[in-house]
Amino acid sequence: MSISKAWFSTMTRKYSMVVIPAKAGIQCDDWACFCTGTMTSKVSLDRHINVWFCLLLALYCSAATAHDSSMIFNHFKADRLEYEGNQDLHLFKWDVQNWTGTDENKLWLKSEGDYSADQNIFGRADLQVLYSRNIDTFWDFQIGARRAIEPERTFDAVIGFQGLAPYFIEVDSAMFINEKGNVLGRLTLGYEMLLTQRLILQPRVEVNVAAEDIKNRGVKAGITEFEAGFRLRYEIEREFAPYVGMDYVEEESLREHQHSLRGVVGVRVWY
Amino acid sequence: MRYWVFSHPINPALKAIVGHHERRKFKGRVDRYAIAWLMLANLLPSLTQADVYRLSVSEKSINLIGETQQAVLADAALPAPTLHWREGEDVTLEVTNLLKESTSIHWHGIILPYQMDGVPGISFDGIEPGQTFTYRFKVKQSGTYWYHGHSGMQEQQGLFGALIIAPQQEQQTVDRDYVVMLSDWPRADPQRTMARLKKQSDYYNFQQRTVGDFFADIQRLGFWETIADRLAWGEMRMEPTDLADVTGANYRFLINGKTAEAKPHYLFKPGETVRLRFINASAMTHFDVRLPGLKMTVIAADGQPVEPVDVEEFRIAVAETYDVLVQPQTEQAYSIFAEAMDRSGYVSATLTPRADLHAELPALRPMTLLTLADMGGEHAGHSAHQAPDEPAVTAEVDHSHAERALAPDSTMVEHSGHQHATADAPPNPHAGHVMPVADASDTAKPLSYSQLIAVQPNHALMGPPDREIKLRLTGNMQRYIWSFDDTKFADAEPIRVKFGERIRFTYINETMMNHPIHIHGLWQYLDNGNGMYNPKKHVINVKPGQTVSVDVPADAEGEWAFHCHLLYHMDTGMFRKLIVEKAKHEHQ
Repeated sequence: MSISKAWFSTMTRKYSMVVIPAKAGIQCDDWACFCTGTMTSKVSLDRHINVWFCLLLALYCSAATAHDSSMIFNHFKADRLEYEGNQDLHLFKWDVQNWTGTDENKLWLKSEGDYSADQNIFGRADLQVLYSRNIDTFWDFQIGARRAIEPERTFDAVIGFQGLAPYFIEVDSAMFINEKGNVLGRLTLGYEMLLTQRLILQPRVEVNVAAEDIKNRGVKAGITEFEAGFRLRYEIEREFAPYVGMDYVEEESLREHQHSLRGVVGVRVWY
Repeated sequence: MRYWVFSHPINPALKAIVGHHERRKFKGRVDRYAIAWLMLANLLPSLTQADVYRLSVSEKSINLIGETQQAVLADAALPAPTLHWREGEDVTLEVTNLLKESTSIHWHGIILPYQMDGVPGISFDGIEPGQTFTYRFKVKQSGTYWYHGHSGMQEQQGLFGALIIAPQQEQQTVDRDYVVMLSDWPRADPQRTMARLKKQSDYYNFQQRTVGDFFADIQRLGFWETIADRLAWGEMRMEPTDLADVTGANYRFLINGKTAEAKPHYLFKPGETVRLRFINASAMTHFDVRLPGLKMTVIAADGQPVEPVDVEEFRIAVAETYDVLVQPQTEQAYSIFAEAMDRSGYVSATLTPRADLHAELPALRPMTLLTLADMGGEHAGHSAHQAPDEPAVTAEVDHSHAERALAPDSTMVEHSGHQHATADAPPNPHAGHVMPVADASDTAKPLSYSQLIAVQPNHALMGPPDREIKLRLTGNMQRYIWSFDDTKFADAEPIRVKFGERIRFTYINETMMNHPIHIHGLWQYLDNGNGMYNPKKHVINVKPGQTVSVDVPADAEGEWAFHCHLLYHMDTGMFRKLIVEKAKHEHQ
């Protein structure tokens, strides 16, 4: 559904210029320390991140208004809304994205996480807010911030590329840099094989890496998580496809090493 | 409150007597009275004078697909009333907008002052709700044309109708004269379709290659050939099944506003000569048209007479028109069968001696996949089956891409018969063709552009053009962005030419789609190797990977639209403003 351009630019401009700075209570020294890249104990991390968000939105709005005749669309996609489990493990997982924007410039939100019904805890939950720029026929460059709510509240800067590699391989890559300068990375590759016009097999691999140990979080340098699996979905409509699948997951941390095979049942929806 | 369409400008009294009812009842064809008027008009050309035609554009609920949908119609009719003009007539058209949004009517293929061309933002401001815009111009041509909305998606929502212009001197005497207006009617709201394409460009393609096809290809072509083929397409991130962006999954195809189930029919008596005026008013669909059992003689393309050429089939690109003569000799019904190019659907009508007699439908043929040779250029190395080099564009513009065929040793590019629309479909008649020959007597092949030869020579076409403009037809199927020279309309400067120049446009299609290129207000003389007998057209279909040149005499000042006539391509950016600048006194 396309949104009225005028409405969109008015709202975003208003929001980025007035509402966010006001709510965030951004002060001059926030900008100063942000620009110089310094991080002192006096300045709260929250403010630092607020500056990031603010800058992003401003960038986005200026870019979007530069192409006034372009059409704006909004695309929500829940690639995975699923139950995943085996004998020991029962998780509800989500992987949703939403973009709003033109062909060239998009505001891209991504959220991933899992919830354990047994233990009543979130194993992982995060939200990324990204400015996405179409830099090549098949590729978007994305820059922004990630707010992790679980397992710990952290903020990371995010830089990544998302697009379609040759041979129709869907790629989502991101580098996360936290306030201490730790570097983490994530690469997701997907491929679609049509068994019929509506029955689609999707192999998928996800690799999470860390550049160095992060002791307080138990993160070990190297591959921290490897996930390979497939999902077989049936597109009742293009927008609505239930699926089943399998995942092999291997996790490596300073505290433990574990691997497991899990079955998944879920639904893929978008609009 | 309805406006009648006064469709022939002879004499108001005559109209009052016989006009309206006949025209309403038989909209879509010229009835007997019209023919009588034509004859009268031929006898008394001095009577030809200005006349006023009125159209009102409004929204109306219609039910074509088993559910009620909103259509945007002129005079509440789908298609809009056929307008009958006369060459030399000064027409006045009052178009009233009864919608809640702005509208416009564009007279497709008509040579007129640019302010009358009906493109909002270029020729005028559009017609606001409740307003009436008066179009006034002199009709300087004759033949089969059409008119349609040029605002938003209104054309896709039903705002189109036929334009039939009688010549000063009728060259072709026929017993019956019918309009066959092809169109694609959408299930989904057009804006929604646009959004879907932006989010998932293969949304409507349910003929994609499956794992089963992969193994079938291995059996047929061998393992390595199949792998090489998949790698070549994968490297380009393109699909050989991508013949149409919006398919039968979204469309019902119509003839004169009727589905095949409604059994539209045209009457004839054996021995009569029938002229069928084919108009493709689709937003997105090219059709392959056949009349099994009847020889078709193409006598005009895009309203302009061409040397008669006998064909068994022709492809009609979006916005093209073809006049075809048939002479059925027996008391038998014939099917007018129009398949969508991607075979995702069809529409048919019956040419019949009796209204209750219907023709049997021929089987829908399998889709012919794009080949690597279609994509040409850098990827040709994968196939080495490129068409032989032939002079000029003659070889380049053959009209059915099926003919982009395959040398006998062809391996990976031979996919016909591989996507079966019907299990018992006859073998694809195109498979195995090499190249079309510009031989009008050969009826076994579909019409090719190279067979279109103008009846009247244009000596102005001789000699070098004043200016050459190369225009690459570009796009990004994955993101659903279409453009010229990789630049969308929103970001592009107008193309400026000088009045009186002859411009040679060379279209280089770098995409895997067909693009029917339309220039408003100016003719395009297709360079198909016939020199000053090159035919003039208002739409030139440029096939995947092909290069086509046209000569465009810039003989009309003003600002003109220049675009791909596929609606969703035009709307995503495959559009330019062409400015023909006033001649200045230059001192050199």
